[in-house]
Amino acid sequence: MLDALLGWGSGAGMLVALWMIFMVAPTEAQMGNVQRIFYVHVPCAWAAFLGFFAVAGASAVFLWNGSRRADRLAQAWAEVGVLFCTLVLITGPIWARPIWGVWWTWDPRLTMTVILWAIYAGYLLLRAFGGPDEAVARWAAVLGIVGVLDVPVIHYAVRLLQGIHPAVITTREGGSGLVDPDMRHTLYVASIAMLLFAFWLVRLRVRLAEVEDGVVAARHALEASEGAAA
Amino acid sequence: MIGSALAILAKDLRIETRTREGLTSIVVLGVLLVLVFSVAHDPTPSEAPRLAPAVIWVTFTFTGLLAIQRSFVVEREQDCLAALLVGPLDPAALYVGKLLGNVILLAAMQAMVLPLTALLLHVELAGALPGLIVVLLLGNLGFAALATLFGAVAVRVRAREVLLPVLLLPLLVPVLVGGVKATAAVLAGEGLAGATQAIGMLGAFDVIFTTAGVLLFEQVVRD
Repeated sequence: MLDALLGWGSGAGMLVALWMIFMVAPTEAQMGNVQRIFYVHVPCAWAAFLGFFAVAGASAVFLWNGSRRADRLAQAWAEVGVLFCTLVLITGPIWARPIWGVWWTWDPRLTMTVILWAIYAGYLLLRAFGGPDEAVARWAAVLGIVGVLDVPVIHYAVRLLQGIHPAVITTREGGSGLVDPDMRHTLYVASIAMLLFAFWLVRLRVRLAEVEDGVVAARHALEASEGAAA
Repeated sequence: MIGSALAILAKDLRIETRTREGLTSIVVLGVLLVLVFSVAHDPTPSEAPRLAPAVIWVTFTFTGLLAIQRSFVVEREQDCLAALLVGPLDPAALYVGKLLGNVILLAAMQAMVLPLTALLLHVELAGALPGLIVVLLLGNLGFAALATLFGAVAVRVRAREVLLPVLLLPLLVPVLVGGVKATAAVLAGEGLAGATQAIGMLGAFDVIFTTAGVLLFEQVVRD
């Protein structure tokens, strides 16, 4: 039921968001049409950051009470977080090339995002090399927690470098924020659709892991009963 | 707790002073890295000092990775780690002992590699030395805090040679940024006061991840 709701909700939300992005939101005066990629870029960033914090939360729960469900959630959010973070790192340069004139620059936010991507890509690599072992789940949980503890420090570290990234929603005078209410509404709708989509993917991934565990358990039961018969 | 941590430290230092394998290999690697960076960049005498902080920290990062990996490979041979954990030993004490051993090993390596770096890159060390020692020790502690935690993980995983750097390098970015910034300020004659932000960040990094290591190490080593 929840799965269907999330699936259809995100699908419908995406269609509405697409319509708003191209039909409702006005063209940005200085950047032109390329600014519209922003309505995909920012929601993906939010989904990615939500995912990384969810990994840490689920990891902490898993280390605390050993719940298999929390471990599955941590892995699912890590995969979805890395996916959305990858999308952020793809859509960003597409926008940056015409606006900044370069695909990439070592701005604090860009540096922060690519470092987080690397931390959680390493997390997935640890899972892949480690296999389905109980110990590997604990190691991954430790990495998930350490990764988020590192976020404020990395945030501070990259600020020691120079920055040119626009502040998106700002009340400060002279910030390049979204002035037009239609632009803001488009951003909100696109964000809700993207977050629903992320939750849906996580649900699917957790269910897949449950089915995998079920198959393993069934195989063990079968081997045990064959052993008993022989 | 402190007693057993010191016992672990004494054990590691004794192994090191008898074999000298760890220190020898990382000093040679450190010297080679500094040589390779200098040759590859081929800097003019005027721009060489500007390059020095980055060369110093990248060199120490890679030699440190090797050193800490080795310190756990030693524990893995003949299941030493399992034997240590069978005894009445708090895993946190094991972590603290290994951490201190690694910090000392890194400092010993730096004491030998640093003069050569200064020589090759035309850096005047004499005045900057006290500040530089503070920066290096702060950096070493933060580096070793995470590397000791994940060294224990990587040693038990396939492809550990690749996995340890892949896990650690992104987590260590603050140490690298802070270390380079603070080293540059100290070498430029500004002293520690010239890099209070970077020094403060290194200190915060040390506190956060030494605490995290003490609390989480048990989860890493228990079976």
